[in-house]
Amino acid sequence: MSATELSPGTRDSAKVMNRTDLSKRLVARLHGGEAVIGGIGNTNFDLWAAGQRPENFYMLGSMGLACPIALGVALAQPQRRVIGIEGDGSILMQLGCLGTIAAQGQKNLTIVIMDNGSYQITGGQATLTARGTDIVAVARGAGLEKSAWAADEKDFETRIDRALAADGPWLIAARIDDKPPAAETERNPARIRDRFMQGLGVKS
Amino acid sequence: MSDESAPPAPWHETLLKVLKANQVRLITYVPDRVLTPLIGAVHADGFFTVISPPREEEAVGIVAGAWMGGVRGVVLMQTSGFATLPNVLASLAVPYQIPVLMVVSERGTLGEFNIGQAMVCRTMRPVLESLGIENHTITRLDELEFIADRTIQQALLTRAPAALILSPLLTGGKTVRK
Repeated sequence: MSATELSPGTRDSAKVMNRTDLSKRLVARLHGGEAVIGGIGNTNFDLWAAGQRPENFYMLGSMGLACPIALGVALAQPQRRVIGIEGDGSILMQLGCLGTIAAQGQKNLTIVIMDNGSYQITGGQATLTARGTDIVAVARGAGLEKSAWAADEKDFETRIDRALAADGPWLIAARIDDKPPAAETERNPARIRDRFMQGLGVKS
Repeated sequence: MSDESAPPAPWHETLLKVLKANQVRLITYVPDRVLTPLIGAVHADGFFTVISPPREEEAVGIVAGAWMGGVRGVVLMQTSGFATLPNVLASLAVPYQIPVLMVVSERGTLGEFNIGQAMVCRTMRPVLESLGIENHTITRLDELEFIADRTIQQALLTRAPAALILSPLLTGGKTVRK
C-alpha cells in the first residue's frame, strides 16, 4: 500500500456522496457470495434498493447492531467475506463494537459507515459527527488500524475491492448527502432471516 | 458403579457440559462475579470461541449473527445486564426468530446488598413474560442439567430466544459477607 492508501484522511476533506449510488457501487463489486448486513433505516433501505441478494440481511430494529451481527456471521463463516453497513447515528450508539472487532482481529470483516451527520429518518437532527466526532479517528483509536475516509466514489470502490481481497478488519467511512433512500425494505423479519440463512447455506 | 458418596459436580461444570453437548461453541459474556468459574472454564477450553464485548446488547447481536451463519452461541450476563436488552430482544431475536440463548446470574434477591440491583431484578421476569420468552429459574443442582439441556433444545428447535436464570440458591450468589 502507498502512503496515500494508508492515510485515514479527514471527514472535512472527503467528498459528500450519495448513499443510493454508493450502495449500488458496493453491490456491483460483490462476486464471491459476500454477506452484507444493512443497518436500521435508510442504510438497509438503499441496500434493498440496490438489489435483493440472498446474502443480504436487513435490520428493521436493534439500532446499532449491524457491526456486531456482521461480526457474528464472520466468526461463523471465516471463509466468507462479510460487510456491515451502518449509519453514523447507529454506530455512535454502539461504539464499543469497534473495539470488540479490533480485539478479535476479524480478518474477513469490513465495516462501511454512511455518514451524513444527521438522524435523517427521524427528522434530520444533527448527530455528533456533524459536531466534531470523526468516526475514522474513533475507529483507529479503538484499534481498527485499517480505517479510512473514502475520498470520492472511485476511492470508495478501490477501498471496497481491497477490503474484499486482503485481510481486515477494515473500516471505510463515506460522507453522504441527505437524499432519501431509493426504496423501502419489505418488513417481514422471518422471511428476511430465512432467505439470508439460505443465502449463507445454513439450514434454519 | 457410581460413587454415591462423591459430591456432585459444581453448577458451572454441569452447565459447561450441557453447552458442549448441544454444540454451543460461541460464548459471549459481560463479566459477573458469580459467573467467574464458568467464564474461566470456557476460556480454558479450546472447544469454545469466547468473546467479551463491553455491552450485553452487542453480545446478543454477535450471537444472532453467528447463529444465522451456522454457529450456536450463548450470552452470559448478570441481572442488570439483562435490563439493557428489551429493545434487541423485541426487535431482533423475537421477530426474526433467532434462538439467542441467555444465561443470567441473578442478582438483586436472596440477600442483595445493593438496592439498585434489587430494583432492576424486579424488571427481569416481567420483560421476559411480556415478550413471551421462555425462561426458567434454576435453583437446584439436581435439576440443572435437565432444565438447561431441554431449554436449549427447545429454543433451537422452535427458533426462539430463551433465558436460564441462575438463582443464588444454585450458585451461592454474591453477598456482602465475602
